[in-house]
Amino acid sequence: MTASTISRVSTSSRRQPCGCQVLREPAWARLTLLTLALGFLFLFLFVPLLCVFVEAFRKGWHAYFDTFADRNSQAAIVLTLKVCAIAVPLNVIFGISAAWALTKFNFKGKNFLLTLIDLPFAISPVISGLVFILIFSHTAFGEFVKNPDLLAFNGTALGQWLAGHGIVLFHAGPFVDWVASLGINVVFNTPGLVLATLFVTFPFVARELIPLMQAQGADEEQAAISLGASGWKTFWRVTLPNIKWGLLHGVVLCNARAMGEFGAVSVVSGHIQGKTNTIPLHVEVLYESNLYAASFAMASLLTMLALLTLVVKVVVERKERG
Amino acid sequence: MRKLAIKKLILLPGLLALSGVIGQAQAKSVNLLNVSYDPTRELYRDYNKLFVEYWHKKTGDHLTIDVSNGGSGKQARAVIDGLAADVVTLALAADINAIAEKSQLLPADWQRRFPNNSSPYTSVIVFLVRKGNPKHIKDWDDLVKPGVSVITPNPRTSGGARWNFLAAWAFAQKQLGQDEAGAKAFVTALFKNVPVLDTGARGSTNTFAQRGIGDVLLAWENEALLVLRDNADQFEIVTPSLSILAEPPVAVVEKTAEKHQTTEVARAYLEYLYSEAGQELAARHFYRPHNAAILAKFPVFKKLTLVTIDGDFGGWEKAQPHYFGDGGVFDQIYQSNKK
Repeated sequence: MTASTISRVSTSSRRQPCGCQVLREPAWARLTLLTLALGFLFLFLFVPLLCVFVEAFRKGWHAYFDTFADRNSQAAIVLTLKVCAIAVPLNVIFGISAAWALTKFNFKGKNFLLTLIDLPFAISPVISGLVFILIFSHTAFGEFVKNPDLLAFNGTALGQWLAGHGIVLFHAGPFVDWVASLGINVVFNTPGLVLATLFVTFPFVARELIPLMQAQGADEEQAAISLGASGWKTFWRVTLPNIKWGLLHGVVLCNARAMGEFGAVSVVSGHIQGKTNTIPLHVEVLYESNLYAASFAMASLLTMLALLTLVVKVVVERKERG
Repeated sequence: MRKLAIKKLILLPGLLALSGVIGQAQAKSVNLLNVSYDPTRELYRDYNKLFVEYWHKKTGDHLTIDVSNGGSGKQARAVIDGLAADVVTLALAADINAIAEKSQLLPADWQRRFPNNSSPYTSVIVFLVRKGNPKHIKDWDDLVKPGVSVITPNPRTSGGARWNFLAAWAFAQKQLGQDEAGAKAFVTALFKNVPVLDTGARGSTNTFAQRGIGDVLLAWENEALLVLRDNADQFEIVTPSLSILAEPPVAVVEKTAEKHQTTEVARAYLEYLYSEAGQELAARHFYRPHNAAILAKFPVFKKLTLVTIDGDFGGWEKAQPHYFGDGGVFDQIYQSNKK
């Protein structure tokens, strides 16, 4: 290294004390790193995405649009949008409440709650789906409320004593049948898909907001409240404007995952074509039915929906920042 | 002009309804859910069209038929867990037995409700190999040779895989003269050659045909012929010296149909599979029709020596728990192969 470069580096390092290390690397190292990064992006992101579109249009525009004229494909698109329209807003509410509670207040069990929020990240989506099958399936739910052991309790001394005071804990009869039948319409139906999606996407908003709100602290809120603002007003006028970019990012991620979720919804879906198949499940059905062009057409739609979410995010950010 | 046409279209149902009051009962919209096994996708796509038309002509009702496909055992599990099927068309009787037993949604003697053990069509198990048969696979004993990679789905989730398993077992007993232990050793060796177990027949077909894994696919004849129709230049079918008559049965899930008030149409839906039109369609989708006259019209179905589940294995009531139950023969084989 020549003296002049050293002096140049040192002057720039005085101006920008943090960015100096990188600049000291020789050009070839920087080039290698850049090539590596770009090459990786190209190979593992761009090429697969391109393949989806090439495969989707292999049989021409006509075949491509025929896919979306199909009743089952349309139903899958509508269902996916419907599930997202329910799951994402709910998770925004849950996420903000959780982040708010965790960062602005101190209470016992806070760390436990934090861990709990991460649970859907940690466990496999298949398990998330199975949990709902276990809770709501015909047999499990029905068997639990009609469990003869529970009914036998009524015959015990305690049960009879309670009955003598007008309390019958475990009924057999139309009410129990009704409770048992409640479970039936959840799994293998839209509510089950929404539940599974909610479960899997729950951490996205909360996880995005918690570090942000932690860094911001509660000073501004305290100031607002000491100046006489109500809790609601403080939230709308102080907290929300501060977290909106983090929130937007969380919503985008949450929505992308909600649309693309496969494992959990696959378990609770029942795979009824035109009824309970979301776009990712329909992609699989088409692929397994040897309709490759159609399956890739559907996959390309999912890709475009995901890209669209990203574009919306960028546009909104730009507009807001002027 | 166009608006007029739309107006007419709107008026039409009204007029039809009026005439219905005078004439026959009013037309309804009816929904039917058929929960089926893996390779029937194409068959029922066409059959549903056929039946919707037939039913509309007969009753005036507008029928929508939904289908769910997957490994037969997996599908049975879903129905037990609450998937509201009006009819089930599965790969083998044991899966419908399981539904009857665990959910009581249909009577135990469901298999006597329709002709031919409630199997409107049958199939056999054959081998699909790569063009030119490079590994010279001729019969079941070629599958246990070292270096031969065999593709079959998982017998715990797939119906076709259970037929595959029993066909291999029957070969060991009948052609090799093995006893129970010998047959078990034979099938164990065969499963040692299986690199992937998919959950359903279609998954296995894709593993073999699309992903290019394996030397031989143990397949339903209908599935093998379907692959061959689309890729005659890549594969060929090998018919083993002995196979099993695979009987995929159908049944109305009576309690669910009652609740949906679809009992009548559900029964008609399955009965029509036995009609000439239904049988012809099944044959065109490579399922062996029950009707002998129609079977004879399709030379693609070769005659071969077959064992049957009832004649050689004492029925599914016995075979299912013995071979595929928890801790059954397949579990033992799979455990020993993992070690």
